[in-house]
Amino acid sequence: MSTLDVLVQQVVNGLALGMMYALLALGFTMVYGIIELINFSHFSVFMTGTFVGLVVLELMGVTAVSKSLTGFALVSTLVVLFLATMTTTGLLGVLIERICLRSLRHVAGTAPMITTIGVAFILINAMLLIWGPQAQRFPQLLPNWRWAVGAAEITFKQVVLFVVGLVLMLALSHLVQRTTLGKAMRATAQDADAARMMGIDVDRVVVLTFFLGSALAGAGSLFFGLYYGFTGYYIGYTTGLRAFTSAVLGGIGSIPGAVLGGIFIGLTQSLGGQLLGVKWTDVIIFSLLIVVMVFRPNGLLGARIPQRA
Amino acid sequence: MRAPGGVLLDVRDVHTHYGSLHVLKGVSYEIREGEIVSLLGGNASGKSTTMKTVLGLVRPTEGTVSFRGQPIHALRTSEIVKRGIAPVPEGRRVFPRMTILENLEMGRYTRRAEPGWADELERVFGLFPLLKERRSQLAGTLSGGEQQMLAIGRALMTQPTLLCMDEPSMGLAPKLVEQVFDIIRAINEQGTTIFVIEQNVNMALSIADRGYVLQMGEVVLAGSAQELLENPLIQKAYLGGA
Repeated sequence: MSTLDVLVQQVVNGLALGMMYALLALGFTMVYGIIELINFSHFSVFMTGTFVGLVVLELMGVTAVSKSLTGFALVSTLVVLFLATMTTTGLLGVLIERICLRSLRHVAGTAPMITTIGVAFILINAMLLIWGPQAQRFPQLLPNWRWAVGAAEITFKQVVLFVVGLVLMLALSHLVQRTTLGKAMRATAQDADAARMMGIDVDRVVVLTFFLGSALAGAGSLFFGLYYGFTGYYIGYTTGLRAFTSAVLGGIGSIPGAVLGGIFIGLTQSLGGQLLGVKWTDVIIFSLLIVVMVFRPNGLLGARIPQRA
Repeated sequence: MRAPGGVLLDVRDVHTHYGSLHVLKGVSYEIREGEIVSLLGGNASGKSTTMKTVLGLVRPTEGTVSFRGQPIHALRTSEIVKRGIAPVPEGRRVFPRMTILENLEMGRYTRRAEPGWADELERVFGLFPLLKERRSQLAGTLSGGEQQMLAIGRALMTQPTLLCMDEPSMGLAPKLVEQVFDIIRAINEQGTTIFVIEQNVNMALSIADRGYVLQMGEVVLAGSAQELLENPLIQKAYLGGA
């Protein structure tokens, strides 16, 4: 393989990974945009989502030893899997907001954030108790097709993840930019008091935001399971932290920023892993974060529109 | 002066507290259909709190707020807006990273399921041609005066019966202030009742039918605009007269 081929290969790998980080980063950025809360329970919602996916697949008769699917069976299984998992994690997010965070909404300082860390530990330990400490195999329902592009190859898995990610992001973008509810979300993010005066039910907007963010995290969970082929109670931390970094890199609160940051981190991980070695991945990612924070404290796409009084 | 209609907004003996701070201490006033009523007072007199109790943003600890004979002080803001009260908040508070059109759409949020969006939009654009020209521009890029027009237009999108304006002249150049007050008068002539909080006493009384003066959370003076303008206390405290 020539250097160029290696580069192309790693860009392809990085884009599929980047989609996963982007989906996860969107949940961080949306919740922050609305209530200025860094929601660390998001890490664990993502982790829990992989187990939800396992259960959903098992209910459909797909287990770790099943063969990969093709044709209609594959498409229908994927659609059910994504819908069921995303709905479940979405509801989990809503539950966390209603039970743990709503009563703390007006508490100043770090109490709500610390609470999200507590919720994260509850979920981690719940999954540990239910599934045990060992890694679980995640069914590989996508066939192992691959195509050559030069000397590099693109796998079917990567194409599916990339396309599903793109579809979800376009759907989110449509919802936020074009629908009245999405506009109410943006209005609340920009000025919650004024939104309330317009008669927008801010509590409902917050619930919707948690639902959407957690549903996207659920999609991210499936990306993780399908891509890596395993899951465990401990997987939320590393992936979640990288996704959080994506959101901050892109400019926390900015939806396009989260997508850009996610893809950036995905590419950094695959290219950096190739050039310097996998053990350096996190060093590279967090060094880049520091560099961006020094030169662009608001992130790549954060707060660029002037706000005249 | 026009012949005033029936009582639209009736506020009776309203008290509010922020924690242990007693802000409004038994405030009573009424606004009749078709009127322009000014609420005057200095800083920390409780003016903004008064308006917030009307909009359901602050709950009275005692007393009642009635709109068209129905008590509204326990209702949610969305319900109050639906019944025909629309706010023009202090400091304009337009949504800076949304376009003018989207801001206007948010003004009509409580009636989003009802038809008539196009008509209301045309009416607001008729009043503010500038907003029509720039409808795709982000509100945050507008000047202060333009943002005030947008904030008023946004409130009018619900076709309110009562428009509550909190310091519409704040931070505007004198020429713009005059323009804003001309618009307030025009909106009133089209049939909307107006409740306006102002520090610019001269300007506020020049367009108002009646006024109330608030001090330390209590109504200390009430009367027609003319009476208030001639009142020695007002002359001394606000108009710099002898």
